[in-house]
Amino acid sequence: MALRSVRHYPGFFGIALMCLTVLYAPLIVVMVYSFNDSPSITNWGGVSLRWYFDVFTGPEAPRFKAAAWNSLSIAFLAATIATCIATAAALAMLRAGKFKGRSLTFAMINLPLMVPEIVIAVATLIFFTMIGFTTGYLTILVAHITFCIPFAYLPIAARLQGIDGSYEAAARDLYATRAQSFFLVLLPLMAPGVVSGYLLAFIISLDDFIITNFVKGAGMETLPTAIFGSVKQGIKPNIMAISTLMLAVSFLFVTLSYLINRRGR
Amino acid sequence: MAGATPDSASAETTYRSARVPLLLPTWLVIGVFLILPVALMAVYSFLTKEMRGGVIWEFSLAAYDQFFINRGLFGDEPPTLEWTYLTVFGRSILQAAIATVLCLLIGFPTAWFIATRPPETRGVWLFLITVPYWVNLLIRTVSLRFLIRENGPLNDALLGAGVISQPLALINTDFAVQLGLFYSYLPFMVLPIYAAVERYNFAWSEAAADLYASRWVTLREIVLPIVKPGIIAGCLLVFIPSLGAFLAPNLLGGAKNFMIGSLIEEQFKKSLGNWPFGAAVSMILMSLVLILLMLYARSAARQETR
Repeated sequence: MALRSVRHYPGFFGIALMCLTVLYAPLIVVMVYSFNDSPSITNWGGVSLRWYFDVFTGPEAPRFKAAAWNSLSIAFLAATIATCIATAAALAMLRAGKFKGRSLTFAMINLPLMVPEIVIAVATLIFFTMIGFTTGYLTILVAHITFCIPFAYLPIAARLQGIDGSYEAAARDLYATRAQSFFLVLLPLMAPGVVSGYLLAFIISLDDFIITNFVKGAGMETLPTAIFGSVKQGIKPNIMAISTLMLAVSFLFVTLSYLINRRGR
Repeated sequence: MAGATPDSASAETTYRSARVPLLLPTWLVIGVFLILPVALMAVYSFLTKEMRGGVIWEFSLAAYDQFFINRGLFGDEPPTLEWTYLTVFGRSILQAAIATVLCLLIGFPTAWFIATRPPETRGVWLFLITVPYWVNLLIRTVSLRFLIRENGPLNDALLGAGVISQPLALINTDFAVQLGLFYSYLPFMVLPIYAAVERYNFAWSEAAADLYASRWVTLREIVLPIVKPGIIAGCLLVFIPSLGAFLAPNLLGGAKNFMIGSLIEEQFKKSLGNWPFGAAVSMILMSLVLILLMLYARSAARQETR
């Protein structure tokens, strides 16, 4: 009884419920209104999928399709490259003994998390302008790889830290080469961390607006910049349909990551 | 560490010989595409602006002068302190601080509540708190704008329920920006506090209760000092991104609610931009954030040695 009571504070449950309400209410409202048949966003005109058809076939469809392709291909490439870089870095940081510059390297990996996003955006724009690089797809990709590294690194390193060295030692005792012991022993053990890191980097890349907006150049759009451009003229029902689709993608990713992590334990 | 046998010790140095090639990509990417650009930005802030965006390579303090010093409309009056941009910084700091306090007031009880659930339900609650973090920030901000606008669903519901007789003018106010920042970064407050409360030994609370301390006295005198590192981490994780936020002030606040993020963004719009000034404002923002982080690192180090 005493045990229960010191943990219990009256009202905390209510606040926790309020917390969830605040977090989810706007998302649920937009999801519901994306099925609204009316062209006005204020009146309810019955349930329909017309705005979903509009997204794929309507007048703005080519623009959104191009933006979606850019977003997804950049997220795929940036997450893949950042995950490889982060995996290599994690091996060097955790399986290569102590060395000079280790804490400096650690600070470097985490730097994209410490510098405000808008500052990274400005610095990257200035850099590409100064070296005379035309802003576009490639500049977005490079910027995304850079800020995805810490997001990929953190889950990978956390996982690697928890793997006992004796597995690799056993493999080496049985005459596995270092490459064999990495690909056949260590990597499968690290897999849940690597997948989590990949998914996180993918979502972070897909999510980015500020940095992309600075380095995208003229005529180039990703989904967030295309949505932002539309929303500046007022929220239209097709934006709500796109938002709901993106919500579904995010939800899929977070569920995947959750399940993989749970199985990894 | 049970596995600290000689064998596992050797596994810890398996990649010693490959250290440089393994780290080279990280050094190159972060070095060339982040550290070098930030250094160039610092240089840019001391250059002369060109009329149509871009710079002329001539040393100048004009950007910092414009930020701090007012010389009147024609530049011939005695210099006084320029308040325009300091006000933008002041407002941003205030908005970020209010958002942080809101997050703390809601986030602490939530984190406590989750940490005191049985382990199975705890996982579900944590999952629910983290999902919004994975959802696109732009979409979340747009959704909030849709919900709270003048004739939006929130006002409709409140009018329908008879709670209010006039629609609430929420959108384009300071409060809307605070709400947006609160909504954007709330999970960042809950998670570190949860981690701290989870490690908290409830025997301390029982001891306090045995000595006739009330719940709230226990919370203030025992719990808060012990979980303080989690609270400070949460506050930083909310305050820092709020300070440089762009989306919430831009989509939820009006022209009056201008924050640092918009001030910087304006300087890089093609025709009316001032790149050196934008670089200087970015430098000032970054310095502010780095000072905060250094103070935090120092206090964390002091806590550890204690």
